Amino acid sequence: MLYLHTNKSHSILIEMDTTKSSVPKDVVIRFSGDSGDGMQLTGTLFSDTSALMGNDISTFPDYPAEIRAPQGTVAGVSGFQVHFGSCRIENPGDYCDVLVAMNPAALKANRKWLKKGATVIIDGDSITEEHIKRAGFATDAPIKELGLEEYNVVVPDITTMTRQALAGFNLDNKSVVKCKNMFALGICFFMFERPEDHAKVYLTSKFAKKNPEIAKANITAMEAGYNYAANTHQFANTYIPPAKLEKGLYRSINGNVATAWGFCAASEKSGRPLFCGSYPITPATVILEELAKRKDLGVKTVQAEDEIAGICTSIGAAFAGDLAVTTTSGPGLSLKSEALGLAVMAELPLVLVDVQRGGPSTGLPTKTEQSDLQQALYGRNGECPLVVIAASTPSDCFHYAFTAAKIAMEHMTPVILLTDGFIANGSEPWRIPSMSDYPAIVPPIVDEAPEGGFMPYARNERLARGWAFPGKAGLEHRVGGLEKHSLYGSISHDPANHQLMVRTRAAKVAKVVEDVPPQEIYGDNEGDLLVVGWGGTRGHLHNAVEQMREEGHSVSLAHFNYINPLPANTADVFKGFKRIVVCELNEGQFAGYLRQHFREFEFEQFNKCEGQPFTVVELKEKFNDLLK
Amino acid sequence: MAEYKYTPADFKSDQEVRWCPGCGDHAILNAVQRALPEVADALDIPHNKFTFISGIGCSSRFIYYMKTFGFHTIHGRANAVATGVKVANPDLSVWVMTGDGDSLAIGGNHFIHAIRRNVNLNVVLFNNEIYGLTKGQYSPTSKLGKITKTSPYGTVEKPFNPGELVIGAKGTFFARSVDMEVMLTKECLVEGAKHEGMSVTEVLQNCVIFNDKTHAMFAGDKATRAEHTITLRHGEKMLFGANRDKGLVFENKKLKVVTVGQDGYTLDDVLTHDAHEQDTTLHVMLAAMKYPDYPVALGVIRSVADPTVYDRRVAEQVEEVRAASKIKCMDDLLRSGETWRIE
Repeated sequence: MLYLHTNKSHSILIEMDTTKSSVPKDVVIRFSGDSGDGMQLTGTLFSDTSALMGNDISTFPDYPAEIRAPQGTVAGVSGFQVHFGSCRIENPGDYCDVLVAMNPAALKANRKWLKKGATVIIDGDSITEEHIKRAGFATDAPIKELGLEEYNVVVPDITTMTRQALAGFNLDNKSVVKCKNMFALGICFFMFERPEDHAKVYLTSKFAKKNPEIAKANITAMEAGYNYAANTHQFANTYIPPAKLEKGLYRSINGNVATAWGFCAASEKSGRPLFCGSYPITPATVILEELAKRKDLGVKTVQAEDEIAGICTSIGAAFAGDLAVTTTSGPGLSLKSEALGLAVMAELPLVLVDVQRGGPSTGLPTKTEQSDLQQALYGRNGECPLVVIAASTPSDCFHYAFTAAKIAMEHMTPVILLTDGFIANGSEPWRIPSMSDYPAIVPPIVDEAPEGGFMPYARNERLARGWAFPGKAGLEHRVGGLEKHSLYGSISHDPANHQLMVRTRAAKVAKVVEDVPPQEIYGDNEGDLLVVGWGGTRGHLHNAVEQMREEGHSVSLAHFNYINPLPANTADVFKGFKRIVVCELNEGQFAGYLRQHFREFEFEQFNKCEGQPFTVVELKEKFNDLLK
Repeated sequence: MAEYKYTPADFKSDQEVRWCPGCGDHAILNAVQRALPEVADALDIPHNKFTFISGIGCSSRFIYYMKTFGFHTIHGRANAVATGVKVANPDLSVWVMTGDGDSLAIGGNHFIHAIRRNVNLNVVLFNNEIYGLTKGQYSPTSKLGKITKTSPYGTVEKPFNPGELVIGAKGTFFARSVDMEVMLTKECLVEGAKHEGMSVTEVLQNCVIFNDKTHAMFAGDKATRAEHTITLRHGEKMLFGANRDKGLVFENKKLKVVTVGQDGYTLDDVLTHDAHEQDTTLHVMLAAMKYPDYPVALGVIRSVADPTVYDRRVAEQVEEVRAASKIKCMDDLLRSGETWRIE
């Protein structure tokens, strides 16, 4: 079908298929605009609405480090990608079916993420000489310049129509124009037959106190966008039915909130109050913000004066008997290194969450990477082993935060939990668990001195020392960063004692393997190629391997969550394959770690440090190359 | 008033005290072990609730010599660790043993922020104006021009006066003593423990090896101390001298040393110490007094009530929110907000 769309300055022919004959199983929409255009909210409202309709979803906010980057520039473009479908959705999608661009810069920045033949909706009012210049186009015809002739480009005058829709409102021009994102949302709601109810409820409550008029204006703009799309017959209208998800009660959750809640759950299951000492840092801050809200569950938070105080207050709280956690991102992990050593030496339970971002130094604060792995494993002075585990999806951050806390308390050791900016900010539907399904956590708390007196460094079968916190009568003892006598905890510089303690601390961490589930393989236990990954890349790797298998290739996936110690069957997992490729968003840190432990295998690498997740397309290309 | 009837011996650990012979730290240990029985009775704190936290430095070895819960942490971080201990369990009596290097250099940030938050800690700041454990480098309290191993031609940086720093950081309690004045140190420590909020007691301490006699000009012996220091007590006249005939008056916006009965000054002209005054002006002036122009102020210089005690407010806020919230457990939280069911 052909539609003619005209506005004052642009006339283009567009072609769209509005028949419902080929209903896609899944759709990717990317909302994109200036960092002040409200794209994160627009995307969130769309994805939450889709989740409420029973679709499976995965989202990916991609935003600049600046709060309000220079308007109209490519550097200032903020994006929010929603992948939703009637099938299982494992990642936010590589390329988008629909791009909503609020200005030429957004169009330019996202050109490379368009699926062939994708629909592009760009605000016609934004295609001005000034915007085109700011976005760095060479010509005055951005659509032509980007070679979008083969795409379904729709150019509604969103700003003008928003203004018209809000003509009766008693609002200043700025407030009116700000509602244009809701007009765009209305268009998308029509295109995919989404109800507006959820967004209305949300907007009403969001602006209820500030200015109810703004809530009404946003809702009116959204309705206007919806009606415009419905009336003009310019837009395909597709319904994506609900996914066949496991029965149960669901909610949408992002990785940072899931992490915070996992700790709350561990607190409940252990009976130890939760304490979080932390310092704000992108992209980890939301964990502290969420825990600060959770005073209703007795959580104590200290927003410390710096990263070091963040971990040190937590170490103090651990000494005093709380479940202590501290949250940070790469540069903060560097600052916390010395104190982590103290927690190792004092053998106190502590969970440090590192929400990894692009590094080194300040690096790419809002972009994702997996390049803190070796720092987590080794970045401390002395022989200083601790447990390292990694979450792999937004919702399993809950499980791994819970598990990290359980291991820390039951084994009396610091644990580093690695997540990353991608899963921390991404969200997905989550079948709500029942706390009765989670195991009890039983730390080795000492309540009274045994016969012969309490020895602070006496150990149980896990090699964990007793947790005897201040206030318990008869258990007064001293701990600290100096090497300790293997039983009494007094200072010891005895050579044999130091050797014993170094090996005992290592053996204690190694013993955690007894609580680590065997490594699973997705696919067959033997074959031509084993794809190995860890942490937040699972959605992309699993999806790529699944597609390769559907295409008849002998490919399997081993995706690791337990890094130190590795699962006991790790070598057996590697045995069955002709080639092994380790895929990670760094230059080969896990591959190097595996080589160190398993010299009998050859590990090939696929690495990327672009601040972006893998794409399924590039992964499949690599796997196909390896299979040639 | 409880009656635990502890003695100093109840707080002595079995560890051999390894400070140098003649080190001022021995006297401070003595004062602390004498103070705790009084604190226990005055505040109803049983033995098992005393918790000592230290950083790194000679002073920080202190905790091994106390038969209490103790945590010898890392350089500069004692105040941060202690903040965590106190917030986790406000029932504990938490003491921080720290030095001029530990709390005023590497740990300066934690020190001022713990003061600003008014965490209910009892900080004992050992000030010997030198790095002792690393064998004699200048510290943030070393006098300008001080020759040390790292300043062979004299320092070119001015020192902190800990009292000014504490009061400037919104400190609610500051006291000062001298290592040899064990009973005065004990008195300051007991007052500091009774104070709700952070108390900092600076003890001018002699490092016999690397900075011997640094405080000797005004604190060397009893006679010198009587003439060149003034022990302040709330509600008492600011008098000093062997015959208690010298006093402090306020004149031309400055403190001035006068002799009562001379130049027309009478006892009425001498200031009366008000440690509870919220206004910091006079307290800063008193804390800043330097020998030889003034006597060095000892005793409790500032002790003001402030309801914003951090650890207490954290606990209270948790209870307030808990009482008002519909979310009582994890299952409530998991099911709160927007959810949907798939059949």
